[in-house]
Amino acid sequence: MTDAARASVESALELDKVDSHLHPEGSFDVADHPVPTGREEVWRFTPLRRLRDLHADADLSGTSVGAEADAPDGVRIESIDADSPLRGTSGFVPVDRVSARVWHEAARRYAVTVPRETELDAPVFIDVRGTGIEGASSTHVVITAEPHSKATVVFRFLGSATLADLTEIVVGDGAQLTVVSIDDWEDDAVHLGHRHAKVGRDATFKHVDVSFGGNVVRHDTTAEYSGPGGSVEMLGMYFADGDTDHGGQHIEHRLFVDHTAPNTRSNVVYKGALQGEGAHTVWIGNVLIRKVAEGIETYEENRNLVLTDGCQADSVPNLEIETGEIEGAGHASATGRFDDEQLFYLRSRGIEENEARRLVVHGFFNDLIRKIDVPAIEAKLTETVEAELAKNVLKALPGGDR
Amino acid sequence: MSTLEIKDLHVTVETEDGAKEILKGVTLTIKDGETHAIMGPNGSGKSTLAYSIAGHPKYTVTGGSVTLDGDDVLAMSVDERARAGLFLAMQYPVEVPGVSVANFLRTAKTAIDGEAPKLRTWVKDVNGALERLDLDSTFSQRSVNEGFSGGEKKRHEIAQLELLNPKVAVLDETDSGLDIDALKVVSEGVNRFREQEGKGVLLITHYTRILRYIEPDFVHVFVNGRIAEQGGPELADQLEAEGYDKYVKAAAV
Ligand SMILES: Nc1ncnc2c1ncn2[C@@H]1O[C@H](COP(=O)(O)OP(=O)(O)OP(=O)(O)O)[C@@H](O)[C@H]1O
Ligand SMILES: [Mg+2]
Repeated sequence: MTDAARASVESALELDKVDSHLHPEGSFDVADHPVPTGREEVWRFTPLRRLRDLHADADLSGTSVGAEADAPDGVRIESIDADSPLRGTSGFVPVDRVSARVWHEAARRYAVTVPRETELDAPVFIDVRGTGIEGASSTHVVITAEPHSKATVVFRFLGSATLADLTEIVVGDGAQLTVVSIDDWEDDAVHLGHRHAKVGRDATFKHVDVSFGGNVVRHDTTAEYSGPGGSVEMLGMYFADGDTDHGGQHIEHRLFVDHTAPNTRSNVVYKGALQGEGAHTVWIGNVLIRKVAEGIETYEENRNLVLTDGCQADSVPNLEIETGEIEGAGHASATGRFDDEQLFYLRSRGIEENEARRLVVHGFFNDLIRKIDVPAIEAKLTETVEAELAKNVLKALPGGDR
Repeated sequence: MSTLEIKDLHVTVETEDGAKEILKGVTLTIKDGETHAIMGPNGSGKSTLAYSIAGHPKYTVTGGSVTLDGDDVLAMSVDERARAGLFLAMQYPVEVPGVSVANFLRTAKTAIDGEAPKLRTWVKDVNGALERLDLDSTFSQRSVNEGFSGGEKKRHEIAQLELLNPKVAVLDETDSGLDIDALKVVSEGVNRFREQEGKGVLLITHYTRILRYIEPDFVHVFVNGRIAEQGGPELADQLEAEGYDKYVKAAAV
């Protein structure tokens, strides 16, 4: 999109500039984004040393990550060039060095387009598979659900990789799009991902982010609205383990919903479990309600379940409200220890300790799994959760005798 | 056969000022088919006794023994005790969010029996147990104890008693917080359990009310971590008339 076009969109939306740390000034110029030092608010939680220079100047032209699509009829998947007009249609403007670099240097660019009024009868599956951590890779994908279409796109991240990617998402007026991202990486993967969605008039966008694997995974997931009546739901589930050979897992989700239009809705629910020395999760939930955004409704929630000592869960909800004329706005954040009373109750009914732990963790995630409600992946998702629980929770735990 | 034998049991809890002794030598034997009521004032240690038998990690046994049919209960883990045939209906049942009653009951039954129950009869059994306790069948889809009223929690405990069918049941103030109709429903559940051959019951209560529906063979007055007096059902009537005052005063001397 040209600057002129952007300016006209902005004036159409009557967006006032908001002086807010939630909303850093974006730029397509890499030179405008110095290499982060770790002292910046938006980088202070991230272990930069373990990013293999993705945040700095790592060569992004690696080819060790491949993508394979399994798509039903009706959807278009194609490679696109650097000058494709599709790029930028989500309104994405890089806010950090890595996304600016991916914008310019992505080794692979492609588009997934669901034509107008098309309803896909099965999800589009895209398997992103890495074959090694040497040589960083980068990908830029633009997903477009044209007006009144209906589709689900599922990304599965597998194998070993050092990946920086950018996913632009355009949900046309009246369209219903679900995008699922399942990080099932091997223990050594590093993944910095940006996802940005523009949600049209009366459109529905659901983003499901499941992060289980990888060594460092950081996702910036952001959304804005291009018309009134749009709805965004962001659901997330993560499990950070401390006992990998590469240092504890770091899983970071930075979310930003920018209510840029009236009568829009957002609902953000992320739940995470942590276990083992060095496991670290970060959840930053930012919501900005602009002056134009009258009559909106927003709720964001993050809950963490800490299973052992030595883990850290950071959770920071932020709500900035520029208009009082809203339907409702709320947030909740809670981090709790594994509840010994629950464990005792289950065990007093004969259930063995490991099974009891599994039940409690499963229960913790259960309402979220129900909310995800993507039938085609539900079985797979439950299976992945079970495998993760089996791997982590069923491991013999200290003090597990009585 | 099922005999629960508690001998000179001493139990402490960890407090800010170190270990505090709560049970100061409790001796009590529940023989085959007997129902014993334990009555006592608030804070006398009744729940401590119940939890200690079940193996709650908060309580430390510093002396004495507990055996079930001769087997050392104190050497067993919490879940082993349940599988050995002990059941504790809790004074404050715990909420387990996201775990459905159906899943919980099936998992518990499988653990106790060592094999999964037959699907068809099991669903019928569960629905029957819920129905007898005046809980409608939608209960099985709700999360364990979450959002249950006080009375529903207690009825749910007794439904579990029926389904898991232990050898000895310890009921900790199952009557408190129940209105008269619920009290009858719960008592009938306990009586169905008792009617079976050789089942033992340790009924902990603060009030004599429930003893009108569940008649005990023995009554023990529990004061300050010890049994202060024991007798037959008539002791309950005496407590009803006179209260605990004289025992509390005697214990304070
Ligand atoms: N962590 C603790 N620190 C100090 N005192 C404790 C602790 N836990 C329990 N106690 C004390 O142990 C005593 C016995 O408690 P218990 O719950 O067994 O009594 P109870 O007879 O069941 O009372 P109620 O009729 O109220 O249920 C009480 O005086 C209680 O205050
Ligand atoms: Mg008590």
